[in-house]
Amino acid sequence: MLNIKENQQQEFSEELLKKFAEIVSRYPEGKQKSALLPLMHLVQAERGWMSTESMDQIAAYLNLEPIEVYEVATFYTMFHLQPVGKYVLDVCKTGPCCLVGAEDLMRHIEDTLGVKAGEVTDDGLFTWRKVECIAACGGGPVLQIGPEYTYYENLTKEKVDALINELRTKANKS
Amino acid sequence: MHSLTNLGQRPINHNEFKMSRKLLLKHIDVPGIRSFEVYRQKGGYNAVEKALKEMSSEEVVEQVKTSGLRGRGGAGFPTGLKWSFLAKPEGVPRYLVCNADESEPGTFKDRYLMTHIPHILIEGMIVSSYALGAKTSFIYVRGEMMPQIKILENAIAEAKAAGFLGKNILGTGYDLEIYVQPGGGAYICGEETALLESLEGNRGNPRIKPPFPAVAGLYNCPTVVNNVESIAATVDVINGGGEEYSKVGIGRSTGTKLISASGNINKPGVYEIELGLPVEEFIYSDEYCGGIAGGKQLKAVVAGGSSVPILPANLILKTAEGNPRLMSYESLSEGGFESGTMLGSGGFIVFDEDQCIVRNTLNYTQFYHHESCGQCSPCREGTGWMERVLEKIENGQGSQEHIDMLVEIAGNIEGKTICPLGDAAAWPVASAIRHFREEFEWHVNNPELAIKQNFGIGPYADPLVPVTK
Repeated sequence: MLNIKENQQQEFSEELLKKFAEIVSRYPEGKQKSALLPLMHLVQAERGWMSTESMDQIAAYLNLEPIEVYEVATFYTMFHLQPVGKYVLDVCKTGPCCLVGAEDLMRHIEDTLGVKAGEVTDDGLFTWRKVECIAACGGGPVLQIGPEYTYYENLTKEKVDALINELRTKANKS
Repeated sequence: MHSLTNLGQRPINHNEFKMSRKLLLKHIDVPGIRSFEVYRQKGGYNAVEKALKEMSSEEVVEQVKTSGLRGRGGAGFPTGLKWSFLAKPEGVPRYLVCNADESEPGTFKDRYLMTHIPHILIEGMIVSSYALGAKTSFIYVRGEMMPQIKILENAIAEAKAAGFLGKNILGTGYDLEIYVQPGGGAYICGEETALLESLEGNRGNPRIKPPFPAVAGLYNCPTVVNNVESIAATVDVINGGGEEYSKVGIGRSTGTKLISASGNINKPGVYEIELGLPVEEFIYSDEYCGGIAGGKQLKAVVAGGSSVPILPANLILKTAEGNPRLMSYESLSEGGFESGTMLGSGGFIVFDEDQCIVRNTLNYTQFYHHESCGQCSPCREGTGWMERVLEKIENGQGSQEHIDMLVEIAGNIEGKTICPLGDAAAWPVASAIRHFREEFEWHVNNPELAIKQNFGIGPYADPLVPVTK
């Protein structure tokens, strides 16, 4: 899982480094490891996923051993340890959403995108994942899309189709 | 109280229901209440002025104790008492950490509060930090709530610009910074010591207690961890006084509670109730859930988030003694686990007659298996074992022994782990079999039928069927 190499080493942008510094300044001297999760979110938002190189760079920046970053990255569900689609649809699969149709909706998403949960579509645009409760049960079925993690609630098959089409159009324009 | 016959089909007479008192969501409908300006116009930050200018930190703690406010995250431990345990060694910083890792299935009240009235949390954070003598406080928000993190960071910047945060707040000499910390996606980080581990940049493995965070918490310093709603509630406690707050609610369940209502109801959403509201009124009144969707019958309710015991319709509406069940810590737990449940986080999940209890129990067990941190073998292995057995029963490959096996495994997880996730995984399974054994046996005895159709309601929804003890 962790052995995928990026083609070329990217440096952190000036803008990113400025944000890093502000975040590290929030914690007491010597407790910079607290910045790990916030930094990982920023890096993943910019690069789309969390490669070994990215983790090593973060480790170097925070003066940590690389293993300290790997063990955290593998514990939390939000970090993509392999490349994912441009848009990652995190669909809630937990009980309350299933009471109001999440299982049907997930089958529909699988059929529509033509890939299983966790896989990337051939055009590289979409990955969909089954995730546990995202605290929006009153608006179930629900999904969210990073890196902004916008919530889409009270979903129907029609709404999901419209959302996927909208994202396709957006991607083709850019 | 009206008769309980023909529930779900009877038209509701709204005049028999009293309006519940609103404290946290008093201004929810005011346009622009998310902004500092409008929030301030509505009396926002008055509690900060009152606490910092007129009260000592000890007086603030005393008021919160008097209010009877209990932790709104799930455990229901008295907030003021928790505060009074905070160690205060000389020269060591103390921390307040707000637990906004809301992840308990069925619970979405904190996200709602932070989205719509973020300043009530910031105001509560300032008052609470002052009471505890904290100069740096953190709001740990689950990473999936990036939109809410942005909202909170904006609210903090607004409050700071207005002089309510930073150095020498309102000229009182009190300094405070509040930072928002994102999680990374892990239910376990809602457990307070796992949350602190995560905030320190580690895997979210709960710590062995003692020492409790009040003595050795964040960076080994004295720390209080409180839920979003508990911290927000301190604003009303300070504004009106602890005595006044304690008059709201019923008995030892003082104040109001945010209830997240989901499942097969007409009006899912977040409702603020005065503690003591009858459960029946909450489910059937148009002011709240508005009854069961599609005119169906109520089958079961999980009243306090997925961890608490599931109750069949008859036991959620009335206690085993036949008294109306109320939305309060005491009433919901009346009868213990034999016939009662818990208020928990207030995640109120409603099941209609067409829902399968076995499938739902399997779903919850998959959740706990996925979210177990893996430190303790009873939880790590037991949750997976229960999942596999439940999968067999649900897919028509179960036996009677499997049902007894589930009870045994659940019993061997409960109370045998470092943190309460083990209990949280065991209770839904044990309670589902306790109250719905007939439905599990039907799956075992009718494997082919069970794949095609649901058991249905059984006798459970009929409140007139006597409760078997």
